[in-house]
Amino acid sequence: MKKTITFTLNGTQIDVTADSHQSLLDLLRVSLRLTGTKEGCGEGECGACTVLVDGLAINACLYPAYEAAGKNVITIEGLTGKNNELSDIQQAFVDSGAIQCGFCTPGMILSAKALLDTHPDPSEEDIREALSGNLCRCTGYVQIIEAVKKAANRSKDKP
Amino acid sequence: MRDFFHIGKATPRPDGPDKAAGKAHYIHDYERPGMLYGKIKFSDHSHARIKHIDTSRAEKLPGVKAVITANNTPEIRFGFLRDNMALKKDKVRQYRDEVAAVAAIDPDIAAEAIDLIQVEYEPLPGVFTPHEAMKEGAPLIHESDPRGRPRSHNILPLKYHHESGDLDEGKRTAKHIVEGEFSTPLVQQCCMGTAGCIAEFDMNNNLTLWAKTQIPFLAQRDFNRVLSDMGLKEKNTRIIVPALGGAFGSGLDTHAYEYIAILLAFQTGHPIKIVYNRREEFANLSPRQSSRTRIIQGCDQNGKLTFRQVDVLQDNGAYTSWGATYPSVMLMPATSLYRVPHITFDAKLVYTNNTYCQAMRGYGNPELTWALESNMAELAERAGIDPFEFRMLNRNEPGEITPMGLKISTCGLKECLEAVSEKLDWKRGTKKGKNSGVGMASLIHVGGGGRIYRSDASGIILKLDDFGNVNVFYGGVEMGQGLHAVLIQSVAEALGVMPDKVFINPTDTGTCPWDVGTHASRGAFMAGNAAILAAEKLRSKIFELAEELFPAEVEKNLKKHQKKNPDYEPPDLDIANAAKRNRFDLQEGYIFIKDAPPEPWLRMDLGRLLRAAHFRPQGQMLTAEAFYDPPNESPDNEKGFGNLSATYAFGTQGAEVEVDIETGDVKILRMVAAHDVGKTLNPPGLKGQIYGALAQGVGYALYEELKSDKGKIQNPDFRDYKIPRTNEMDFPIELAFIETDDSFGPFGAKGVAEPGLVPTAPAIANAIYNAVGIRIRDLPITPEKVLAALKNKKMA
Repeated sequence: MKKTITFTLNGTQIDVTADSHQSLLDLLRVSLRLTGTKEGCGEGECGACTVLVDGLAINACLYPAYEAAGKNVITIEGLTGKNNELSDIQQAFVDSGAIQCGFCTPGMILSAKALLDTHPDPSEEDIREALSGNLCRCTGYVQIIEAVKKAANRSKDKP
Repeated sequence: MRDFFHIGKATPRPDGPDKAAGKAHYIHDYERPGMLYGKIKFSDHSHARIKHIDTSRAEKLPGVKAVITANNTPEIRFGFLRDNMALKKDKVRQYRDEVAAVAAIDPDIAAEAIDLIQVEYEPLPGVFTPHEAMKEGAPLIHESDPRGRPRSHNILPLKYHHESGDLDEGKRTAKHIVEGEFSTPLVQQCCMGTAGCIAEFDMNNNLTLWAKTQIPFLAQRDFNRVLSDMGLKEKNTRIIVPALGGAFGSGLDTHAYEYIAILLAFQTGHPIKIVYNRREEFANLSPRQSSRTRIIQGCDQNGKLTFRQVDVLQDNGAYTSWGATYPSVMLMPATSLYRVPHITFDAKLVYTNNTYCQAMRGYGNPELTWALESNMAELAERAGIDPFEFRMLNRNEPGEITPMGLKISTCGLKECLEAVSEKLDWKRGTKKGKNSGVGMASLIHVGGGGRIYRSDASGIILKLDDFGNVNVFYGGVEMGQGLHAVLIQSVAEALGVMPDKVFINPTDTGTCPWDVGTHASRGAFMAGNAAILAAEKLRSKIFELAEELFPAEVEKNLKKHQKKNPDYEPPDLDIANAAKRNRFDLQEGYIFIKDAPPEPWLRMDLGRLLRAAHFRPQGQMLTAEAFYDPPNESPDNEKGFGNLSATYAFGTQGAEVEVDIETGDVKILRMVAAHDVGKTLNPPGLKGQIYGALAQGVGYALYEELKSDKGKIQNPDFRDYKIPRTNEMDFPIELAFIETDDSFGPFGAKGVAEPGLVPTAPAIANAIYNAVGIRIRDLPITPEKVLAALKNKKMA
């Protein structure tokens, strides 16, 4: 069954037709053409499709599109500022060598954002826990964790 | 060592910002106008005759544009031994065999259509271990070879053998001998971006394929042959490589899904996209081969190795890919890790009805090193020598030529062993606590290309534009490892421009020069050397042009400057004469006369030189090309000799672990990775290669295993196939990079992509032995195996 749902996507309110069996991931990638969110497994096991719904990191592949109605959704496209300016977290990933194939990167960055938005000064433990649902096969995670620390410090230094 | 402008300094990868912004485009993100979605019907028997395929219901489903089987398409044979077929006709030999495929207007319809295809099978008895498959009278997986000649057994027609010295003599002079049998499981590459392609024909019947490949040019050859098989003689394939979500060896062959996409595209006249979902990837993409290795080594009373005898048995699965050449790489550690005078090596590969296997990072080396370095630790103990000292005593040395003829140009093994020993506080006594302990293991790997194919070459083209930018056309593949950042550094360094003026073009067989493929840790080594060769040529061309154009430009600059600063006294410099004698240099994008004072009016911007060249009458453009083929040899696998690589990478990893004797859990407390890298090119990229490989090594050591029951994969998802997560990689990893400045390496560097996972598993297993006295010989080292071994030890 199709119906029109309304939600806030990356700061803008949108109306979009969704199907009852459609996942938020499918809605984003296919209906809305936002391909920055990746599908790694489709079963909620790898975290590549992580987006923020009302500030919480969720697996968009398991999240029914209908459920997004009335909520605030942020995808990786919502993090980049005007004039192609990367956010602090994105920039920290670039600067720390935290990116290799890059397929896990959007999801990883959004999980990091969900953490830093609520815990601006996380311990290494906190970072590990927050990213434990996001699989990466390339990096061994060391430089990803360094990137999140760097992003936290950057935000702290800002007035 | 020389001073460098860019080499050795952190250089950001050019695709970093796009990847961080979600703007890098993977095959999953690509679409073509009119594109249809392909889907494959896989076998649900491991070994069976195909009696009948009924596609009528699928054909009638609205939205389905084509249904193909072996009965309505040309026969397409492929694979290393050409023993595989895109669509199976008479029988299936593995659970994942492709029996039919559909093209539909959306993925859901394609999936529905697949379910409507009915296949009638007559089951055949299957064989699922190499031992079963080698028994007298075992069912034949292939009744005939690709040429139609009957086969009488399941052993592959590939011979791997090495013999050097005199094994009997080695055994006679040995005081201590230790024997063991070790096994490694099927493991999956687990690229985060699954496999897929888009195939599209133009109206001239030439094909464009967007492919997840590491071998665009060898793949082009495979696909062109298939076009010919389809009756499209003399037609061409252009391969474009999108951003790859990892590869790890999975892109070293062409795959049935690609051939099926080509068949569907030709039949429908539409572009066809096939992308595997995660379950399809686990169940239907070829993993790393499983192996069983019997090893016997002996040493004399002083601890010097006297002989080594190695026999490997590999389960090839039902068809043959490049995984069947693992033994050619196993030969390297078997003959050349540590110094052994008397050696034999044999490897056998056997067809079974299991999933067929292909390349994965390390390519046979982790399998062999697992047996070798576990056995080394056992032999050290038998000889009563500290395992570190035992390795030091037998270590390789620079300048040595090993029994298989490897020419060891530089060797940092001594420094690697010492770094691990020091960082693990080895000398304070190797036992650390009640149930904790330390272990180490070393490696040798190709570090200067690897002549697996007849050519080991890479071509490069550098093209200068009006703005002094360097456009680089290179056929090697960036799959995440950081090749493009290193290529930018190498071009910038060798040519004398700033890295932000170097642009790497997408990998495309239509625009890039030929390259044999990105494998064998050869990416940075080849790209760097090719860049150096081409940059030298380009510098000569630039300076030739400067001879004509530089003096006038500088005279003009000088006059302008003098006009503004009447007191300025120009240096005593005969510019015309210096130009005539071609005394130029190029640095940071500026041409200047060597030894001239560093004044801005005495130099010429490269872009300005190019504009002058382009816009003058009878002008010219500047490009340079080079084709680098390293000084190495194709090994003779049947005799087991040949200098496979121009240089060799060495390394040692150390682990400190704690074993929970109640649960059998192994907790890694810390690891040390010391690697002879020749020279650090890009520090963050290098670290990423070692950290990432080590994590794959941890998974290989402790939990990764693709479980197969009668040929059917039992754990095709990340719930049941566990790879390391952040909370498993919770221990410190200390790195030590030993710079041996290899004369064959670009700027002294060696390949580093694979070494990081080669010694990880035996280092951990040796630490477990040190901790609780149990020796696990079969990977992965699961808690169940640890508990069982602890129980056995208690009973003994």
